[in-house]
Amino acid sequence: MKFRRRQRLQNNSRERLIDSRQRLHISSCIVLLTGLFLALPVLAVPNPFGAIPNPFKKYQPDVVVSDPYIEMHTGPGRGYPIFYVAGQGDRATILKRKTDWFKIRIPRGSFDDREGWVHIDQIRHTLDLEGNPIAVATYGVDDFARRRWELGLGGGDIDGAATINGYLSFALNPYISLQVEATQILGEYSDGYMASASIFMRPFPRWRLSPFFNIGTGYIHVEPQTTIVQSQDLSDEIVHAGTGFDFYVSRKFMLRMEYRRLTVLTSRDANEELNQWKAGFSIFF
Amino acid sequence: MESRIQYLLLALCLTAWMAPAAAATKPDQLELEPLVVREPERREVNINKLDSENFEIGIHAGMMSVEDFGTSFTQSLRVAYHVTEGFFIEGQYGRTTLGETSFERLSGGAQLLTDAQRKMRYYNVSVGYNLFPGESFIGKGWAFKGSLYLVGGVGSTDFAGGERFTINAGLGYRLIATDWLAFHVSVRDHMFDSDLLGSKSTYNNIEFTGGLSIFF
Repeated sequence: MKFRRRQRLQNNSRERLIDSRQRLHISSCIVLLTGLFLALPVLAVPNPFGAIPNPFKKYQPDVVVSDPYIEMHTGPGRGYPIFYVAGQGDRATILKRKTDWFKIRIPRGSFDDREGWVHIDQIRHTLDLEGNPIAVATYGVDDFARRRWELGLGGGDIDGAATINGYLSFALNPYISLQVEATQILGEYSDGYMASASIFMRPFPRWRLSPFFNIGTGYIHVEPQTTIVQSQDLSDEIVHAGTGFDFYVSRKFMLRMEYRRLTVLTSRDANEELNQWKAGFSIFF
Repeated sequence: MESRIQYLLLALCLTAWMAPAAAATKPDQLELEPLVVREPERREVNINKLDSENFEIGIHAGMMSVEDFGTSFTQSLRVAYHVTEGFFIEGQYGRTTLGETSFERLSGGAQLLTDAQRKMRYYNVSVGYNLFPGESFIGKGWAFKGSLYLVGGVGSTDFAGGERFTINAGLGYRLIATDWLAFHVSVRDHMFDSDLLGSKSTYNNIEFTGGLSIFF
């Protein structure tokens, strides 16, 4: 009984002690939190546990040279001279890429690092730090056949008037794709615009020179350039059928030649027939 | 019999007592597991995640000599995508103002075009090829990377109140200052047909510019 009372007394005194120091604690907590908050940007930099990935940190992987040597050029191109040769077993950091050239850094001590450009054919023969060859995707006819998005530009002729066109295409599968296209018509006597949507069929998508057929519909707007021509704006619907071929050049680059037969559904009695020839280049993704 | 059972029980007890001791690990293996387990760094190299600098955007300014309309200041914006180390695709949009023709100057007050018609805008899409990539030397201690390039394409020019189909061709020199910055000097001919001054003729319009571009 006595013991319990003593304990209660002790507890009471402790509580009182806590009570008296509580204000001091709260204020010191506020000071500490404010300090921590202000120090956060500084503390966040070393990122000790790697739990929060730094979105601004660039991906720069380390590789090991496995060929007897790799050549480092001063610039990203065949014309720039080789200034350093990294040997087998050297560790290198890949910094960035320009077309088929990779900038690498060979660490050789604080002020003696070497930075230069290496061609993709030599990067392909390096290893990751676990000794596995690194995966370097190469573009080939297969990528051309399996392309999904395609963006193209070109020029041509539509019954004597010059045209400039741009298009975007989406492939449902290697054989069928959908395309939207905008064309500017620049004639001697009249200017105009044309917009169209088409469906493309490619019977041989795996051929480097791959033929195609298309049908589609659209809208044409023509306005005369001078007062000599009958002053009348013409806006009509069109339907078209066409054929041509794609030629795969390299990487993500292809050329296209096409012929189209356009039927302008005029408001007059007879429809108008137009022939369009065009050529252009495209990038695919 | 009894003693045999006793022996057996004793032996069992002994093995039960000894077993944990025998199975006990060495003292250095008894260390505590670290509280924060670091994920092993992923070592697989994915070159598609690398920062690539294939796009180039630049501003150009200089002079444009429009046939019959004198020479005036021109400025343009150019965006290029480098497909390979050799080929690139370029889009250009430019603006200039037409001067006075000799006819307008000689006749005194006659005005061939309105002020709005004197504003000339042109755009084009072109393919370029880096013809002679290599280093250029300025003095003894300076080597700059650069390339002479050919460029040509099609476009449209808003000339004297009408759109003209325009073919352009030219060449330029790109001096690469750093990985991301380059200087350009270029000369281009923009060609279109017009019958503004009576008979139909091809206009050759020479554009001479200097420019600054960044890679990203």
